[in-house]
Amino acid sequence: MSEGLTWTVYDANTMTQAEIYGEVLCKLGELDDKIVGLSADLANSTKIGKFGKKFPDRFFNVGIAEQNLFGVASGLAKSGLTPFVSTMAVFTAMRAAEQVRTDICYQNLNVKIIATHAGASFGQAGTTHHCTEDLAIMRSFANMTVIVPADGIEMALCVRECVERPGPVYIRIGRGFEPTYYEDEDYGFKIGKAVTIKDGTDITLICCGITVLQAAEAAKILEENDGLSVRVLNMHTIKPLDEIAVMKAVLETRRIVTFEEHNILGGLGSAVAEVIAKSGKGCAFETVGIPDCFCVVGYPEDLYTHYGLDTDGVVSKVRDVMKIEFEEDEDWEDEV
Amino acid sequence: MALSEKRIQELKQIAKGIRKDIIDITGWAGGAHIGGGMSMVDIMVLLYWELAKVDPKNPDWEDRDRVILSKGHAGVGYAPVLARKGYFQFELLKNFNKFMSPFGMHLDGCKVKGVDVSTGSLGHGLPIGVGLALGARLQKKPWITYCILGDGECNEGSVWEAAMAASHFKLTNLISFVDRNRLMIDGGTEEVMALEPFADKWRAFGFHVIECDGHDFAALDNAIGQARAHTAGPCLIMANTVKGKGVDFMEGDVKWHYGGLSTDLVAKAKESVDRM
Ligand SMILES: Cc1ncc(C[n+]2csc(CCOP(=O)(O)OP(=O)(O)O)c2C)c(N)n1
Repeated sequence: MSEGLTWTVYDANTMTQAEIYGEVLCKLGELDDKIVGLSADLANSTKIGKFGKKFPDRFFNVGIAEQNLFGVASGLAKSGLTPFVSTMAVFTAMRAAEQVRTDICYQNLNVKIIATHAGASFGQAGTTHHCTEDLAIMRSFANMTVIVPADGIEMALCVRECVERPGPVYIRIGRGFEPTYYEDEDYGFKIGKAVTIKDGTDITLICCGITVLQAAEAAKILEENDGLSVRVLNMHTIKPLDEIAVMKAVLETRRIVTFEEHNILGGLGSAVAEVIAKSGKGCAFETVGIPDCFCVVGYPEDLYTHYGLDTDGVVSKVRDVMKIEFEEDEDWEDEV
Repeated sequence: MALSEKRIQELKQIAKGIRKDIIDITGWAGGAHIGGGMSMVDIMVLLYWELAKVDPKNPDWEDRDRVILSKGHAGVGYAPVLARKGYFQFELLKNFNKFMSPFGMHLDGCKVKGVDVSTGSLGHGLPIGVGLALGARLQKKPWITYCILGDGECNEGSVWEAAMAASHFKLTNLISFVDRNRLMIDGGTEEVMALEPFADKWRAFGFHVIECDGHDFAALDNAIGQARAHTAGPCLIMANTVKGKGVDFMEGDVKWHYGGLSTDLVAKAKESVDRM
């Protein structure tokens, strides 16, 4: 991290992830005049508008035109600037997918995308605004870094760190009313490195975004009621995935449950499954996420409960996975 | 034939009722796109009570006219129109936005009777309209396709791709409206991304453009009459409207693009509609 970034996000508890992003970007803008901001008639909703008010000359609202938005960002990056672009996740990952892929990722351009209202966080808006596919899409674009911060504190940390990281970055957040998990910034956040929230030996819960808080609570319940030793990993970076942390979980706990606000196909669960499959080791595995369907309508809390994306949902999935019997391979004992 | 004065008065009463419905639904839902819902009410009332050949008892009637609310976020203004026409019970709208409701903020054609096209992502309606109009022509079907666009929505390139196609294919069975309320989310249309000379842009794309007051039934009716009589290509009705129309504290205020209403504000808003 560059010198001078010593301030802290003091009121993470009262600010939404998006608001914190707006604040952090303003601070970064003071330190680096190459940073520019872009939005598509969602400057206020995504909070990049804070940057726009502070640096009107360095902010471009292109109107409701997402394909143009990412094309313009590509051009700005090619001219030597560092664009931060914000619109809703669904319009980033789907409406403008080709611009993001070909105009930004292919050329490995320095465009930082902060996509809001992801997952089911705008559940009442209906299918046109639900976004449970973006991790699968973004993960399949070469050169792209994909991050799902756990809360506002982690948001601040990843926005700061992504400036130092060359190439395109996709940071995915919700609508902003999610509770925070972290109390301070000193837990060793690093892009591409899982954070061990809690160590354990019986099973590993791998989570990202809003599920980190739920998983930590589930681990407590499982420890107290079931006597299980649950490892919890905050896998904030979906790509590049911390394969070493996954491999350690395979070898040391032999049971893994992934937990994400995304279609169970293609996101964190799939990324982890790829590592397990490559390992050649036996590992009981399950995913908690939105099933492969279009979500129903409703406020996000109701949808999370409906799809088991809460503490109860993950607790019961862990209990199921603990019941799975599988053959231990020969060197099992050596490794555990 | 022109609308009689008596009919105009009746339509005005219906529109007032719909505006009050929108206020109620916004209150029940905890929040909705009320500004853009209010601005298009008179267009929707004229379409559904006067012009569009539809049958609420038989919503899937093959030859019905098709209506596409391309500015799908204004679902809160479309739902009461469909309810009051008899597609479903108005009471069901108490469930707007709620868990497992068929009524999300953006109306969904897979879930709500009478909705021809699921919209909400801006810039999708007109391309689908071009397809419906081409389909009607090819299959010798009588239906007219009506498409209601937001002005901010016309920032989207896909709107202009469809406009180019509509005039290339000389679609006279497609009638489009722009709800020209001059506001989007981040501000006025001319501040955020200037559209003017807006009507001329449509003309350059091969449309016959008719400008009118989008809250004046006689003017709207006359515009649609002209559009139907035009046989050289597609028509666009540029309906000049006021965002939040009918509620004095919302009119022309960008803050009311989306909002919730407390019980007090529901009452205040309805009083304002009564004074219209
Ligand atoms: C593709 C897409 N981008 C962004 C949005 C978010 N959004 C919803 S309404 C709106 C503003 C629409 O303005 P306008 O078309 O003028 O509608 P009106 O003012 O009549 O409500 C925006 C940007 C969206 N629904 N779809």
